[in-house]
Amino acid sequence: MKFFFFHLMPYAALDLAGAAKFKSVSVLLPNSFYDPIQGHALYNRYLDELEYADQLGFDGVCVNEHHQTPYGLMPTPGVTAGALSQRTRHAKIAVLGRALPLLNNPLTVAEEFAMLDNITGGRLIAGFVRGIGAEYHAWGANPANSHERFHEAHDLILRAWTETGPFAFEGKHYQFNYVNPWPRPYQQPHPPIWIPSQGSRETIEWACDPKRKYVYLQTFSPVAAVAKYMAMYKEEAAKRGYEAAPAQLGWAVPAYVAETDEQAYQEAKPHIENFFNRFLRMPPEMLLPPGYLSYESMKGVMKSKASITGGGRTIDDLLKSGMFLCGSAATVRQQIENHQKQIGFGYLLTMLQFATLPHELTRRNSELFAREVIPGLRHLAEKPGSAEPVEAS
Amino acid sequence: MAVEPCHTFEQIAACRVSVLRGGAGEPLLFLHGARGASQWLPFMGLLAENFEVIVPEHPGFGLSETPPWLDSIGDIAYFYLDFLDALKLKNVHLVGNSLGGWIASEIAIRNQHPFRTLTLVAPAGIRVDGVPPADIFLWSREELIRNLFYNQNMAETMLGAPTSDEEQNLQLRNSITTAKLAWQPRLNNPDLKKWLHRVQLPTLIVWGDSDRLIPPAYGPAFQSLIPDSRLEIIPQCGHLPHVERTTEFVSVVTKFIGAVRP
Repeated sequence: MKFFFFHLMPYAALDLAGAAKFKSVSVLLPNSFYDPIQGHALYNRYLDELEYADQLGFDGVCVNEHHQTPYGLMPTPGVTAGALSQRTRHAKIAVLGRALPLLNNPLTVAEEFAMLDNITGGRLIAGFVRGIGAEYHAWGANPANSHERFHEAHDLILRAWTETGPFAFEGKHYQFNYVNPWPRPYQQPHPPIWIPSQGSRETIEWACDPKRKYVYLQTFSPVAAVAKYMAMYKEEAAKRGYEAAPAQLGWAVPAYVAETDEQAYQEAKPHIENFFNRFLRMPPEMLLPPGYLSYESMKGVMKSKASITGGGRTIDDLLKSGMFLCGSAATVRQQIENHQKQIGFGYLLTMLQFATLPHELTRRNSELFAREVIPGLRHLAEKPGSAEPVEAS
Repeated sequence: MAVEPCHTFEQIAACRVSVLRGGAGEPLLFLHGARGASQWLPFMGLLAENFEVIVPEHPGFGLSETPPWLDSIGDIAYFYLDFLDALKLKNVHLVGNSLGGWIASEIAIRNQHPFRTLTLVAPAGIRVDGVPPADIFLWSREELIRNLFYNQNMAETMLGAPTSDEEQNLQLRNSITTAKLAWQPRLNNPDLKKWLHRVQLPTLIVWGDSDRLIPPAYGPAFQSLIPDSRLEIIPQCGHLPHVERTTEFVSVVTKFIGAVRP
């Protein structure tokens, strides 16, 4: 198994009581709540935490894109990834991901990712997402053509990476006379592509297609949903004539390890509850603007009335549903082993800092996870997978 | 005695559209707003005492299909020019509310020959600097319904009525198509303002004085852009004068059309 350190870089200094007076901390919370002095310290603290993850032996570090929210302070994740390219030596750098439908020009991502791939000598993992619903409010991008734009931008980027330029591209949303980016990717034919998702059959069918075999990541979901969607990926791969490898499946989940179960529970409780109830809080209209999900998917959501942003959740709810891994090293190791054996994922992306979790606790969490959890789990999912990153030839 | 409609489907521009029709007289084409027109409402029945009232649901709304060519309000405007040709409609009184008022404006700048008059009821379509429309996409169903009306008893009645799964699904489709057409630029076409002077039809603009979706300041803006237009402000009324102040609305429209008859 491979282990990645996933960071959202939240604005941990948020005035929680003040922010609670607004409909959501995303989009609508005035940015006067952001203090640049605090922000300066936080960015550098978080870069230290990711640099430390590399030193501790994590296989990769993950950054991501969010807009107009204290939930994550990386509207341009390439900046963070660029800094990490100089601070890390061994870890892969996964940008999970760029929100393609928000782009006016997808070639900027083809270029940015190729630069990162060249600078790091092939340590880049390219993530593509549609962005969460709030981003469509924040960015003015139309949620109703989000799927179309995602696919068109993806196709353009892939062609830009793999076909000799210059060539012309005539799409519905994007048109270019000359597609001919310099640099080309370091990894050939292109960096590994990962697709983070909250779970969608359409996404899975597309990602598992034999000509893609993209790594599917289930993010911040109850363990039952992780199991369901990963089983779906394997079934869809089987329908397409091949067996999905563990290295095609990853789970992104917050985790906290301390000396004992009780200590972990007590230390993590306020911060993980802040994460789900405060930082992720938004009304359904913000989370799921019209057209963001297909008509059929949205009917399902309306029926189940399910939402990950309901608020008022306790650490006990989160532990019970498996949305949070927490306890002593032995406990967390056992949880992961059980889930891995049952579900069969090859990547675990642990978010070891969340919401307001302070630096010292994040550091100890990272150390315990790297030294006492990972080594006992390395042997799982050892079978080499067909979606292993392609090395530069 | 209010007139009852008949419900048919028409196949136009490779799109099956739902149409309610009732009454007799000169044709009056009503173009609905973002919430569709799956039901025959009292104002339609009253207008049908003097007109042949035709209420299609736009492509992508209600019981009408979503055609693959549908990308913009301009597409719907051209669709309605096909619709008028197919149904051989002439001397039409064109009436549109909100999103439908925007469509009516876009039709009229393209071709006004099929029409006798134009009535815009709290239309979308332009942007007045410094006066943004409300962000309807951030409202819950309850907030939307409350904000549609001045008279909160009407909102209470609507909120208290049970909604079937079918009705919910129709509204879901309507909201997806509305986003597709009007998310960005929000509820307007920056080019429309440039060409509204081409509308030479006698035009009535109706606005509720308490419209919380598209502020009443948009009324004078439209009036200044359309040469032969006048503005009627309905007091104590929200975004849907035809629903909230049915009698007054029907009387204002009937009087306006009566005055321009040759």
